[in-house]
Amino acid sequence: MKLTTILLALTLSFFLASCGDSPDGGGPEAVDTQFFGVTGYRVGPYGPSGAPIASGYIDYLRLLNERDGGINGVPVSWEECETEYNTAKGLECYERLKTRNKNGPTAIHPMSTGITYGLIDKAPIDKIPLITLGYGRTDASDGRVFPWVFPLMTNYWSQASAIVRFIAQKEGGLSKLNGRKIVLLYHDSAYGKEPHGILEKESENLGFSLVKIPVPHPGNEQQSQWMRIKKEQPDWVILWGWGVMSGTSIKTAKKIGFPREKMVGNWWSGAEVDTLAAGPSASTGYYAASMNLSGDHFAVVKEIRKYVYETGKGDDESYIGTVLWNRGVVQAMLTAEAVRLAQTKYGATSMTGAQVRWGIENLELTQSKLDSLGFGDMVPPIKVSCENHEGPGLVRFQQWDGVKWVAASDWIVGDKQLVRTMVEESAANYAREKNLTPACLDR
Amino acid sequence: MFYREAGQFKASYKEDQAILPISQDRVGLILILIFGFFAIPLFASDYWLTAILIPFLVFSLAALGLNLLTGYAGQLSLGTAAFMAVGAFAAYNFELRVPQMPILISFIMSGITAAAVGIAFGIPSLRIRGFYLAVATLAAQFFIPWLLVKVGWFTNYSSSGVITTQPVTIFGFIFDSPSRRYLLVLSIVVILALVAKNLVRSNLGRAWMAVRDMDVAAEVIGISIVRTKLIAFGVSSFYCGVAGALYAYAYLGSVEPDGFNLDLSFRILFMVIIGGIGSIMGSFLGAAFITLLPIFLDIFINEAAAILGLKLAAGITSVIQLLVFGGLIIFFLIVEPLGLARLWQITKEKLRLWPFPH
Repeated sequence: MKLTTILLALTLSFFLASCGDSPDGGGPEAVDTQFFGVTGYRVGPYGPSGAPIASGYIDYLRLLNERDGGINGVPVSWEECETEYNTAKGLECYERLKTRNKNGPTAIHPMSTGITYGLIDKAPIDKIPLITLGYGRTDASDGRVFPWVFPLMTNYWSQASAIVRFIAQKEGGLSKLNGRKIVLLYHDSAYGKEPHGILEKESENLGFSLVKIPVPHPGNEQQSQWMRIKKEQPDWVILWGWGVMSGTSIKTAKKIGFPREKMVGNWWSGAEVDTLAAGPSASTGYYAASMNLSGDHFAVVKEIRKYVYETGKGDDESYIGTVLWNRGVVQAMLTAEAVRLAQTKYGATSMTGAQVRWGIENLELTQSKLDSLGFGDMVPPIKVSCENHEGPGLVRFQQWDGVKWVAASDWIVGDKQLVRTMVEESAANYAREKNLTPACLDR
Repeated sequence: MFYREAGQFKASYKEDQAILPISQDRVGLILILIFGFFAIPLFASDYWLTAILIPFLVFSLAALGLNLLTGYAGQLSLGTAAFMAVGAFAAYNFELRVPQMPILISFIMSGITAAAVGIAFGIPSLRIRGFYLAVATLAAQFFIPWLLVKVGWFTNYSSSGVITTQPVTIFGFIFDSPSRRYLLVLSIVVILALVAKNLVRSNLGRAWMAVRDMDVAAEVIGISIVRTKLIAFGVSSFYCGVAGALYAYAYLGSVEPDGFNLDLSFRILFMVIIGGIGSIMGSFLGAAFITLLPIFLDIFINEAAAILGLKLAAGITSVIQLLVFGGLIIFFLIVEPLGLARLWQITKEKLRLWPFPH
């Protein structure tokens, strides 16, 4: 029993120690800093996908400090909180990061659709903007109903529509899709069902037949699904996978002899972790959508190498230039640029959540601006407005060449009209359900 | 010295059968309740309320539900999260589809719906027991979230399958701030815990325990096995259903079927095992251990690293936290296999003799 007593005492003492310190322990408070609350996941089943994103995000923040001394002279500070892709943990992280700085956590990238949904109602109350790059609630693209949520770059529906356009391009025009057969192989979850509506509409409009085949979570066994694909003999397979499922799909496609050149993944099945899991050569020819290009030839990546990694401040060098790491860098850049823009209006000090929200809503990055930031064509030019919280809605396709991803198309836009109609319809439903009057906040 | 019952005489059956026969226990409980109902909402920060206390109470309720089934009636179940999902989605649909539905009635209805589903999945318990029954309840765990994703009606045809809960209003009073939601959850949990405590002291509770300890003997002395087992499933699922509704309405604000996965069921089962099988108090202790310890460890490791000037690589803290947490679970199970509730009981026994042990 003696040991128990000691242990109990120890447990109790560090309970007390951590309660005492927790609420405002964070970064240095004496200096005025722009505090970034980072929620990410590096452990758990999706850790391999989450780690490069979180590293990229923080590496860009490090670059801002090392190269420019912060944003317009305001140093950047941050704290990372591990969510394990778990909604409850994510909410705990959000509440924790919220208390860490007088201005709050700048903007939160929840990095999970579940966490995003949990935060949508909280964000307006706490005045913390949410940026959901390529996940989360698609209809939040209508900023009049969701003033605090920004699914920047593109959303799931734009992506699904763009994938159809890409396939049409490969077939030689939209009219050629008539009579073709496309299989949607999807993760049998809420996430996998997201593109159903838009793809059904597209198949009606364009005349291709759509076969939807679910893969139960986690998707590490797909023999029966691919036997069915073999029987259906589709012209194309759209892969809407996540985690271990994507790699398994590619591997099984090779096993039954389905050409990888006829498979298009979405952006959560199009990273190095997926193709390498399937085997680099098995994946050769496989296409995937992306909202950002991979590669380490971009000026910004070289600068991160120089200022962050060569001085020994970086995380893991093997992530540099991968699809997901670059996505993390882009996320940080968009957030930092929103802060910079807000500073032009509110003065060069640290910005509050509400000020950053204005910054994101009025963000405009032209090609020349992107060039000067060192991003070049990693992302398309973006312009956000109150009505359109999505921005350009452009998707680019990459192909795995056996070693790395290479760009295989220009920036492609889906059926914008169709997507917009669906977004507004869905957002209006939400507004009705919640009794909201759609309106723009401060212009 | 202070904790002893000498001089407290029971003059009637009523006094003898009180829930807390020792007056110090009564005073202690009243003090805890006063603290919970008045001091905490006044002084606790939003972080404490939303991230720590509300989930603790919700999981306590779920663990309590499972404890009634597993701890008292002896039926192992791995479907707890599924029954919580039934509760959450039932409350959502009652609110959505029945106009002017009072939220408390929705919560009760969500419990009743979950109870009905629980009884249906409890039918196999009439034939099989132990690990085989656990496997049968696994069916519920996989079937229910699948059904909720599959049939769009349950989620009101939300494209992503996520439901966002309606505002919680009782007689025009809106439970929107963390302290209000905390009070709502606390009230419901206190009432249901009281009911549970009385249930297990009643005829029904004794029947459960008789079935748990030896079902053949229980049948011989005239206890209907069918009725007892199915009621255990029903009552347990009722508690889990209400916990699920609170999980959605008071804690997360929006839930998806995939959130109620096997992982959650296991967590609740661990709460019961670590807290103490067959103990109401243990459900609360177990929930506290499983929900709070990881958060404290996480904060503590970061703080300790900062104080010691160590620069931990990203992600390492989480791994250390998992290691320490796992280690502590094993340690507690070895030192006290009967759970934290038993430790508390031992402490109480020692307190009675303190400071003059034999």
